[in-house]
Amino acid sequence: MAETKEVATRPADALQPAQSARPEVVLRPAADIFEDDEGITLQLDVPGASKERLTLQVNRDRLDVEAEARIEMPTDIEALYADVRSTHYQRTFALSSELDADKIDASLKDGVLTLRIPKRSEVRPRRIEVRTS
Amino acid sequence: MFGSLTGFDGGLFDELRRLQEEVDNLFDQWPAITGVRSISPGTFPALNVGATPDRFEVYLFAAGLDPRKLELSIQQNLLTVAGKRELPVNERASYYRRERFAGEFRRVITLPEDADPDRVEARYRDGVLHISVQRKESAKPRTIALN
Repeated sequence: MAETKEVATRPADALQPAQSARPEVVLRPAADIFEDDEGITLQLDVPGASKERLTLQVNRDRLDVEAEARIEMPTDIEALYADVRSTHYQRTFALSSELDADKIDASLKDGVLTLRIPKRSEVRPRRIEVRTS
Repeated sequence: MFGSLTGFDGGLFDELRRLQEEVDNLFDQWPAITGVRSISPGTFPALNVGATPDRFEVYLFAAGLDPRKLELSIQQNLLTVAGKRELPVNERASYYRRERFAGEFRRVITLPEDADPDRVEARYRDGVLHISVQRKESAKPRTIALN
């Protein structure tokens, strides 16, 4: 029967390249980034990742996103073809000071991670009314 | 590699060299099959195919799909996965990066000859589509008794 295992930490796994002195292969998730009046939204594709295996870290102006894909695989599997050779996602973003990194809202659905970073309220654009006399 | 075409911000050549090494290693280590229908890396969705004595296991790394809109078909040993990933565009926002694939996709996977088209299962979880195809009994290795 299939059993759950963490592919990245099992060098013997058939779908992984053999472990060597080279650093572990890291997948850089594709990202969409957009900004509106309230803040910035990042969306990243991290298929296979679950909430429990997701780490978000903010250090000054750096946002580190790490996730681990967990895929159920039979133990006796042999690789025939592989586009994906790691289960470790990692990507770092530089934030800017007008963003309120303490208020990041993160959600994960079907392998898509959405991060919403609001702007500090004092820097949100204000509409300026033009008075006519 | 999975994902972005706009790939590497820094250390481009290092990254490419490392990647090349990886690919070289891969071909040394595995009898990797390059099918006539295979597509270049970076195509959405990325996929891995593995075999056990009983089954072929296909994993498609396709985040953010509606599984009801996926079209899966198998003809003998030819497995086809087609669908569409719709990414809603926020009209009020300005975009800095759009690396994620949007639109229609189709991938055709040539499985070995002993795939059984009548016994296929598929499930979608955490953005990974896992398709399990049984191998035909007749193709399994049998022990032959010596008289």
